[in-house]
Amino acid sequence: MCLAIPGQVVNIVPEQPLLAKVDVGGVRRNVNVGLLEDAAVQPGDWVLIHVGFALSKIGEEEARDQLRMLRAMGEDELAMEEVRGYRFSEEGDPG
Amino acid sequence: MKYVDEFRDPELIARAAQEIARTAEPSRHYRIMEVCGGHTHAIYRHGLRDVLPENIELVHGPGCPVCVLPTGRVDDGLAIAQHPGAILTCFGDMLRVPGTKGTPLELKARGADIRMVYSPLDALRLAVDNPKRHVCFFAIGFETTAPSTALTLLRAQELGLRNFSVFCNHVTIVPAMRAILDSPGMRIDGFVGPGHVSSITGCRPYEFVARDYGKPVAVAGFEPLDILEAIIMVLRQLRAGEAKVENQYRRIVPWEGNPVALRAMARVFELRPYFEWRGLGFISQSALKLNASFAQWDAEVQFELPGIRVTDPKAAQCGEVLKGVLKPHQCKLFAKECNPEHPIGALMVSSEGACAAYYRYAHRGDPVSA
Ligand code: SF4
Repeated sequence: MCLAIPGQVVNIVPEQPLLAKVDVGGVRRNVNVGLLEDAAVQPGDWVLIHVGFALSKIGEEEARDQLRMLRAMGEDELAMEEVRGYRFSEEGDPG
Repeated sequence: MKYVDEFRDPELIARAAQEIARTAEPSRHYRIMEVCGGHTHAIYRHGLRDVLPENIELVHGPGCPVCVLPTGRVDDGLAIAQHPGAILTCFGDMLRVPGTKGTPLELKARGADIRMVYSPLDALRLAVDNPKRHVCFFAIGFETTAPSTALTLLRAQELGLRNFSVFCNHVTIVPAMRAILDSPGMRIDGFVGPGHVSSITGCRPYEFVARDYGKPVAVAGFEPLDILEAIIMVLRQLRAGEAKVENQYRRIVPWEGNPVALRAMARVFELRPYFEWRGLGFISQSALKLNASFAQWDAEVQFELPGIRVTDPKAAQCGEVLKGVLKPHQCKLFAKECNPEHPIGALMVSSEGACAAYYRYAHRGDPVSA
């Protein structure tokens, strides 16, 4: 559960400024960006995701390194499973 | 060295290892505690033990939220699942943690409605989708996770959701560090500080460790090089006779933390006067509960909970391992009665648990020195 997974922001969900669609190794899920200080995340930004929330912004190089590391250690499936598992991010979202 | 080769920069790793060997005084034995379970996991998974000189001992800290939760709290959570109409939700890590009457998974097999979620927002969603049921979220975690629970509760309040509650078991890392520093016979020379926790709390909360106890702290990221660099920082301070808080993980951790997250936590939570930690006992002001304005969503207010203290099985030495007194393989049950298939203690369940990490990456059937 303490996994923090890097993902790239695709877009901000229309009418839900606290949700961003994020791409994690090809899987796209909404995550909540309400913890980011100047909540202004832009498409293309990289964020560190933890239990459905973006914890902080990170640099692109760092994000790619971390993804590579997850893969090298065979933990990318676990990360994908977690991201795919975010049910709240389906249509008609309460989050 | 098995895992280290897979890094993009084995050369940097080798150089960091050399620097460590150079900085450490050969005549001295160092005990450096990595507080966070994520670091424990990374240390075993990357085989970092193997690149350190013999006189540097890494001591595993209490930073695994599943591991420090006492059995009585697991029982309390499971009691909620017995209420008619209730759905208990928890993170996957919790599912195999044994309570007195079995694990959440076993109770589920016996008919309780217990579901795994990946986010507290999933629990909230479940409540919105099932207005006739009550959905309780079994919240665990340090400051990394607590802000997510806080935002979820703020959202529940906004929605005026009546069929949702949180069973709050959030704990805070600093009082646990103090308890370890105060425990008699515990000799720690310095700390590798938690990375993601500190992205929320910032570095200031560790200043007392340097000021009052004279021990260095280096907040670190989770890559092998991050951890080695933090060890270098600690060793350099020790060598110079200094004690201060350094931030190796500056790219993620702001010195002052995350004010948005801290504000959300302050709106929702208050400190408990004390809380029991597995292995460490009762620690004052070491855990969070919902404040009075969230009583409506507080499972401890809404449900009658047994609240009975349960002692660990005698032979299980989870407490000693959590305090860093024993290494996982020194527990009598390790890899025998207690293994990932049949965990007796929570440290064998969570991937951040020292026993599970040790079993998975370092245990080769024989006793290994670590
Ligand atoms: S091996 Fe099992 S019983 Fe022993 S300390 Fe680890 S989790 Fe606890």
